[in-house]
Amino acid sequence: MSTDSIEARVQRSLYGARRWHPAEIAFWVLALAAFFLLPRQLLILNEIAILGLFALSLDLILGYAGIVSLGHAAFFGFGAYAAGLFAKHASADPVTGLAVGMSAAGLLGLLTSPLILRGSDLTRLMVTLGVALILGELANSLGGITGGADGLQGIMMGPVLGLFEFDIFGKVAYLYSLAVLFVLFVLARRIVGSPFGLSLRAIRDNPLRASASGVPLHWRLVAVYTLAAAYAGAAGALLAQTTQFVSLDVLAFHRSADLMLVLIVGGAGYLYGGLIGAVAFKLLQDVIASFTPQYWMFWIGLFLVLFVLGGRELIHGGIKAVVGRVARLGRRAST
Amino acid sequence: MTIRRTVLKGMLGLALAASVSGAALAQDAVKIGLILPMTGPFASTGRQIAAAANLYIQEKGASVAGKKVELIVKDDTGTADVTRRIAQELIVNDKVTAIAGFGLTPLALATAPLATQAKTPMVVMAAATGIITERSPFIVRTSQVVPQIGSPFGTWIAKQGTKRVITIVSDYGPGHDVESSFSEAFKAGGGQVENIRVPLQNPDFSPFLQRVADAKPEALLVFVPSGVGAQFMKQFVERGLDKSGIKLIGTGDLTDDDILNGMGDIALGVVTAQHYSASHDSPENKAFVEGFKKANPGLRPNFMAVGGYDGMHALYEGLKKTKGEGGEALVTAMKGMSWVSPRGPISIDPETRDIIQNVYIRKVERVNGELYNQEFETIPNVKDPTKAKK
Repeated sequence: MSTDSIEARVQRSLYGARRWHPAEIAFWVLALAAFFLLPRQLLILNEIAILGLFALSLDLILGYAGIVSLGHAAFFGFGAYAAGLFAKHASADPVTGLAVGMSAAGLLGLLTSPLILRGSDLTRLMVTLGVALILGELANSLGGITGGADGLQGIMMGPVLGLFEFDIFGKVAYLYSLAVLFVLFVLARRIVGSPFGLSLRAIRDNPLRASASGVPLHWRLVAVYTLAAAYAGAAGALLAQTTQFVSLDVLAFHRSADLMLVLIVGGAGYLYGGLIGAVAFKLLQDVIASFTPQYWMFWIGLFLVLFVLGGRELIHGGIKAVVGRVARLGRRAST
Repeated sequence: MTIRRTVLKGMLGLALAASVSGAALAQDAVKIGLILPMTGPFASTGRQIAAAANLYIQEKGASVAGKKVELIVKDDTGTADVTRRIAQELIVNDKVTAIAGFGLTPLALATAPLATQAKTPMVVMAAATGIITERSPFIVRTSQVVPQIGSPFGTWIAKQGTKRVITIVSDYGPGHDVESSFSEAFKAGGGQVENIRVPLQNPDFSPFLQRVADAKPEALLVFVPSGVGAQFMKQFVERGLDKSGIKLIGTGDLTDDDILNGMGDIALGVVTAQHYSASHDSPENKAFVEGFKKANPGLRPNFMAVGGYDGMHALYEGLKKTKGEGGEALVTAMKGMSWVSPRGPISIDPETRDIIQNVYIRKVERVNGELYNQEFETIPNVKDPTKAKK
């Protein structure tokens, strides 16, 4: 076997992974169909889309590059404040604001990335947590800019693309968030299916061997960390724009922790994990909390414990089986 | 065939009737959305207010102006974007007549634009920063305004002949408000004041207390979020400051009724100012406390609970005036309303939609084996001093 054939095989497998699976198409059709089928739930759907994007961002670094983070809210919050302040002082156009939020968070990711290059997982947990805490305290003490504990108010958003005004039912908000999520998802999907994405997985599985094979460890990690930060910033910007408000808790620890849970529920390392986790987590929370507003956390906690103890394989196995069946059906239909 | 047709017709008729009566029922119900932090660090706020609101409905009956009252309690976990989303869902999906609750200032501020947009009355039952009622003409407040307590307390302390005070406040919005309103009034009364701010998250007070011990002021004013008060008290005693002759004073948050009894003897003698104490001496309050304790064994109502109770009263009386109508009419009906609450006589300022109430100076004493804030002086009908100046 020559090296040529290995390259060809890798290329083939990458192309194969890049092809859209019928279950994936079904997922996005469902997401769009939800807009028409669940007109009463658009607000929570919008929140799910934002949380999904945020989880996607964590999946990029955790699932693909193996970087653990307990402070991902730092980028989420930074993007939210950047977008909020931009809307308040510069321009009310949502798409420009989104770009500003993404770039600001991406820049922060780039600047803080040297911190995650060193040390083990434990130090990374602490360092990322520390960055988020520092930002949280900064946002609190720079009350003149951020509004401090009262939150950033007076954000008035213009219509999306100059056409669609945000409405009280959350119609435009959901479609806007979903569109952004979809575009960024497709981009992420393309990136992880590229040789770059493959090298990330190599780093995750065995950094020593990856660097021995000539993968520039540091630059790859910096690149993906910056990218993930920009994604988290986009999620934050969406939240700021669709709720027209930014409060200190966008930087709070519980956001990073919840995000970890979302990814645990959905499973890391296949991009859809964050999205599925976000749907499951939010729906569970909403349904249980409307039954028992005081004790819903108990049930969520119980669910998570059981889930981690054993249900996870069951549920994921079930999903995989369904996906396999759909794929077979799709193949049969196409032949 | 004919039989089947008749049956079908009958079923159709039934279904129609059901849907019509359903619609009639929906029209006859007044829904109130109560959004509170029921979990997380501010869960006690939510628990108190929800308990008080339920108590009010239980006492006054679940109907007003011939319509059924339906209370929908939702947990916002103390997170602003969740509060806003829930408020939006309640307005759009459940078509509530009014929204109420709001445990913290940012939660209320995040929701204020919605109230304006949807013309839905919004009753703030807890959040206490001054600016809230200015953010929407649909906001009515039944809790308190921070300077309403801090300012008269500063004047009163100065009047007692106290010359030097140090303030310790948590470094966030309400803390700053207490600091500035108290200091301003106290200085105007001829006193000298030094301000110290401590971090809101997990504060360790010992370095700050050391500074206080070195400076030896006559009194130390403390404002910390309710719950942290017990922690502060412990460190105050550990440092021996209770024996140094420095008098401990504060807003009522320090000796919150909810946790006061658990503080033990170290709290004895602390002088505070606030609008409500569970030991307020009036028949209205006796009935309120008794009903509250009966419905919630082991829980003593605090100032949050009374804010929720009075909020429900404002809504009930307003709805009686408007015959169940919401929107602007309901806000107008609540403006200028005055009644005797468990905390004493109160009214809603028709201009600012903020609460006007008595502020009491209290001292922690042991009564029948339990610690209470015993009121010994009343400053009547205090308006928000910041808004009164404008």
